[in-house]
Amino acid sequence: MASMRRALPRRLVGLASLRAVSTSSMGTFPARVKIVEVGPRDGLQNEKNVVPTPVKIKLIDMLSEAGLPVIEATSFVSPKWVPQMADHTEVLKGIQKFPGINYPVLTPNLKGFEAAVAAGAKEVSVFGAASELFSKKNINCSIEESFQHMGGVLEAARAAGVPVRGYVSCVLGCPYEGKISPAKVAEVAKKLYSMGCYEISLGDTIGVGTPGLMKDMLSAVTREVPVAALAVHCHDTYGQALANTLMALQMGVSVVDASVAGLGGCPYAQGASGNLATEDLVYMLTGLGIHTGVNLQKLLEAGDFICQVLNRKTSSKVAQASCKL
Amino acid sequence: ELGQLPALPEHVKIVEVGPRDGLQNERVIVPTDIKIEFINQLSQTGLSVIEVTSFVSSKRVPQVAAGATEISVFGAASESFSKMNINCSIEESMRKFEEVIKSASQMNIPARGYVSCALGCPYEGSIMPQKVTEVSKRLYGMGCYEIALGDTTGVGTPGSMKRMLESVMKEIPPAALAVHCHDTYGQALANILTALQMGINVVDSSVSGLGGCPYAKGASGNVATEDLIYMLHGLGVDTGVNLCKVMEAGDFICKAVNKTTNSKVAQASFNALEY
Repeated sequence: MASMRRALPRRLVGLASLRAVSTSSMGTFPARVKIVEVGPRDGLQNEKNVVPTPVKIKLIDMLSEAGLPVIEATSFVSPKWVPQMADHTEVLKGIQKFPGINYPVLTPNLKGFEAAVAAGAKEVSVFGAASELFSKKNINCSIEESFQHMGGVLEAARAAGVPVRGYVSCVLGCPYEGKISPAKVAEVAKKLYSMGCYEISLGDTIGVGTPGLMKDMLSAVTREVPVAALAVHCHDTYGQALANTLMALQMGVSVVDASVAGLGGCPYAQGASGNLATEDLVYMLTGLGIHTGVNLQKLLEAGDFICQVLNRKTSSKVAQASCKL
Repeated sequence: ELGQLPALPEHVKIVEVGPRDGLQNERVIVPTDIKIEFINQLSQTGLSVIEVTSFVSSKRVPQVAAGATEISVFGAASESFSKMNINCSIEESMRKFEEVIKSASQMNIPARGYVSCALGCPYEGSIMPQKVTEVSKRLYGMGCYEIALGDTTGVGTPGSMKRMLESVMKEIPPAALAVHCHDTYGQALANILTALQMGINVVDSSVSGLGGCPYAKGASGNVATEDLIYMLHGLGVDTGVNLCKVMEAGDFICKAVNKTTNSKVAQASFNALEY
C-alpha cells in the first residue's frame, strides 16, 4: 500500500495480493480491510460544538498512534459554509505526519485544492452525489456542473501528482428524492473514476439503506468500476451500518469509512446518529479474522478523549461496553 | 461471486422479549397496569410471539396456574455461567428441565429452550461450538419445539455466529432454531444477517432495545425490534409486524420507565426534520 501513496495516481491499488478468506457458503471476505477514518472531518463537521485547533490536532495524532492507515484531516472549504473547518491550514500543518499514514483533505474546488497543496496536502477528496436535488441543495449546482468543478481539481491534481479520492453521496437513498436507482450511482461512480479518482467512496448519506439495497447498488457499480477501487461509507442513522458494511465485504469491497466514537450526527434527522463507529467496525473485522492494522485500545482512548472534550457520550457500543467492564 | 450469496428466508418470525428479558434487565419496577398496557399495545402490532414468562423453578410449573400457554427453560453452553446464573451445573440443570418439560407436555404446553453464552461467556471467554451443539441437542431431545441460541454478552461476530450455527445445524434442523443476539458491542444486526443467510428464520428482539447488560454496566443489551424490522422489511422479508405500531409501543414504554430508546430507527423517526 505504501508504494501507491508516493507514486502518481494509479488505479490498481495493490490489492491483487490479497488472499480471500473463505467462509464457504457465505462468499469470501477480504484478508485485509483498509479503514478510512473520517472522524476529524465528517465527524467534527457535523457535531454541534466547534472544536479548538489544538484538540483537533491531538485527536488526529492519537488516531495516527492507533494505526489507522488513512485519516481524513480537514476540509478546505470556505469558513462561510463550514465554520467548523475554518482552521484547515493550521490543522494540516500542525499534525504529526506518521510514515505510512495518509492524511487526505476535502477540496470542493480549485481554490480549495491550491490552498490545500500550499498547506502540504498530499492527497485530496472531491464530492459528487447520485441525486440531482441533493447536489443542488448541498453544493448549489447540478450533478453535471459538479463534475466540471471536480474536473478542474482533478486536472490540477494530476499535474501535481496528487491522488484524488471521489465520494458519491446518497447511494442508497436521498432525503429529498427518496429512492435512488443503482444505475444512477453506477453512472456517477464511473464518471468520477474515469476522471481520475483512484478510489470511489459510496456513501449511504442518511443511513436508510439495508443489506439488499447495498447488494443491488454494488452489483450495478462493480459493472463499471473495479471492486478494488471501491469503498463504502455507511451511516448508522437507522442502525443498519454494520450489517450493510458486512454485505459490502461479502461483495468484495475492502475499504470502509468510519468515524471514531461514531462522531457526527445526521443533519437531516435531528438527534439521530450519523457515522458508523470505527471501534464497532474494528471489533467486527477483528472477530472475522480480517487484518486492519488498528490498535483497538488506542482507538478507544482517542474516542474517549474527543467525547470528553465535546462533552458528549460516545456512539460506539464497543466503547460503551468496554469502559464499564 | 454474486451468485454465491445465499438466499434469505421469505418470512421471519420475531419473538418479542421486551416485556420479559427487557424489563427484567432494566432493573425498574414497572407497575402492573403499565406492563399490561405495554403488552396490549404490542399485541396490536402483529407480533405473533410476545414473551411474558419468567424463570421456571424445578419440578413445578407455576405459570400454568396463571394461564401460561408456553414455557421457556434456560440452559447454558458454559459451566461457569450455569453455576453463577442458576446455581447448578449444566448436567444438573438438564435433569431439572427434563422434569419440567415432561410435566408441561402432559398439559399440552410447549417448551422453548434457550442456550445462553452461545458465542462467548463473561467468565470462560470463548465457547466451543460443539458445546453449544451438545446442550441444544439435549434440550431438543427433551421436547423443546425451538432452541433460541443466545449471544448473552453480545461478544459474537459474524464469523463466530457462522461457526456456531454450522455445528448446531448438523444436529438440529434450522426450522427449530432461533437467534437471540445482544447488541452490547454493536454486532447484533450483522450477526442476525449472518444467521438469516444460513437459513435461520426466527429472531428474538426487544422493543426499544430494552434491557441492559448485567455483565457490563451501562452497556446496551438486546437488539431493538424496530431496527430489526427495518432491516428485514428493507430486505423484502415478511414479518407480519407493523413497524409504526411497534414504535408507538416503544415510545409508550420509554416514557413510562423514563429512559431514552435504544432503537436507532425510533431516534431517527421521531426527530426527522420535515423538508
